[in-house]
Amino acid sequence: MSLARRILTSKDETAPWRGGYARYDLVKELCIALAVITALAVLLAALFSSPDLQPSTIAAWSRQMPVNFLATASKELDGTSETAEYGPPYNKGKGFVQHAAFIHLQEWLGISHPIDPAKDYVIDPLRTVTGDPALSAALQTYERATPSRQRDWAQAYAKPLEAYEAAFAARKAPTRAVAVNERSGTVTVAASGAGPVPTMMSVLLNQARSGALDGILLTSRHFYQTDYTKPLLFIADGALLEKRAQAQHLLGNQWGMMNETGSYPGQVWLWLYTFWYQIEPFSTSHNADLLVMLVMAVLSLAFVLIPFLPVVRDIPRAIPLYRLIWREHYRSTQEDE
Amino acid sequence: MSAAHGGGAAAPRERADTWTGRLREAALAALPPEKLLPDGQPTYVASWVYVFGVASIASLTVIIGSGMILALKGPSWWHDTGVGHFFNSVHLWAVELFFFVMVVHLWAKYWMAAWRGGRARVWMTGAVTFLIAVPTALTGYVSQQNFDSQWISTQAKDAMNSVGIGAFFNLTNFGQMYSYHVLLLPAAVVTLVLAHVLLVRRHGVVPPIESKRRFAPSGGAAGGRSPRAGRSALEGGKVDPSVRGGSEGEQADPPAPRGSEGGGS
Repeated sequence: MSLARRILTSKDETAPWRGGYARYDLVKELCIALAVITALAVLLAALFSSPDLQPSTIAAWSRQMPVNFLATASKELDGTSETAEYGPPYNKGKGFVQHAAFIHLQEWLGISHPIDPAKDYVIDPLRTVTGDPALSAALQTYERATPSRQRDWAQAYAKPLEAYEAAFAARKAPTRAVAVNERSGTVTVAASGAGPVPTMMSVLLNQARSGALDGILLTSRHFYQTDYTKPLLFIADGALLEKRAQAQHLLGNQWGMMNETGSYPGQVWLWLYTFWYQIEPFSTSHNADLLVMLVMAVLSLAFVLIPFLPVVRDIPRAIPLYRLIWREHYRSTQEDE
Repeated sequence: MSAAHGGGAAAPRERADTWTGRLREAALAALPPEKLLPDGQPTYVASWVYVFGVASIASLTVIIGSGMILALKGPSWWHDTGVGHFFNSVHLWAVELFFFVMVVHLWAKYWMAAWRGGRARVWMTGAVTFLIAVPTALTGYVSQQNFDSQWISTQAKDAMNSVGIGAFFNLTNFGQMYSYHVLLLPAAVVTLVLAHVLLVRRHGVVPPIESKRRFAPSGGAAGGRSPRAGRSALEGGKVDPSVRGGSEGEQADPPAPRGSEGGGS
């Protein structure tokens, strides 16, 4: 019989045990294990505590990084932010839609959490402001314009902000079109052809700085709120979360999914999942998330089905680590001989 | 004197004609009390590695206990008080211990080829428990209401969305994640662990590899000297026909005196 055939047709000849038995108190063992694990968990908790970094708020973001806040809000308005271009389950965008061959799971499941970034993040919050005639006029002008005109205004406003951010990242002299007043936190943008957008954005920045925008983005038809999808995606479109994450070694290219803030152990059991993101073709693929999930699905299925997988189920026989585990048993059977 | 009082030949037991009775009979046939809670183990169950199975159950118990205390006071409590933070820390470290001991347990069982002898379902329930424990922990991380949960939820959402799961498993929806974390997924883990333990009890701890002399398939001479002075099943234990002849290649083990194999999981 060939080796391949022998492996594929190997039979399980394990027979029931008919040897000796020894006293063994399972309940006592469980009680001792419970006491030891409880003591260990309490000791580790007392010694090392647990991490709890304050969450980021839109208010904090707009105060610490007002230019980035305004640049992000402009992108929400002109439809070029990550959330605006994302696609299902948030909208009809295509920017972050993934597929593998004929598998289009993301599109098949459709839009379950609709988000219209321009409306949800800019227009609707501004509508809650009363007693500001300049804002009312700006909003009226904006809403009466054609979509392409609206987009042109938003892009004209965003352009100097993006240039400012790029210069700041490259440690070059920033553009003079953007002036940040460190004391008041206001930002003046000299953007020609931006129509009513500078007025709108100025009020939005004030709303954000006051903390009002954090509450407005959570508001829905219900009194109680538990869904943070809208504010979280808005903050994530900006640079604050990423900046904090990088400092805490949580980025994807830092094996971030299995790390924890500070020096605490995180979800280390995700090491294999995180590993795929570090190598080609996953690290550069537009469909990386889907491909990694599919690979992990196949590996997980194989893990569950190990008892039926030739070769994998036979490795323990080939590498006899079991002799270490049952060394007393094998020693006693040798003595019997 | 009636047969019920011990006189004459014992009448054959009638099968129960109610669903409840049939369930009881099936349960007792699959797991008679002395097999469910034996006070003896085969002599080969003599290694520290067996501790990691029961340590997994112990860690899960600490996780559930500390989680219940956190649940009693609500999701914001641990941010506001030192006591709350301490119980959160216990919960976190119990989770780390749980995964550590469970992974060691899984590796040990792999190298023991613990699925042998009709124990495939034992392996499979254990493996699925590990796989379900991963999203159980993930939903805990995104329910923390701190920077960690903000970052993890906004990053991990892409993977969920890419396979369409995001439609009904939205990591940025705190209310939904909290429900998954404190009820749905723990219920799945506990159910799987229960099934796993019952299967271990039923099939017993997997015997050592390739020691055929000890495993007489048709009741041949076995036993012999034991390093732990264990008693042979054939010395004093009767073979209970109710545990013989299971299905799907299941191994029916003769119960040892006052208990059968199937210990430390």
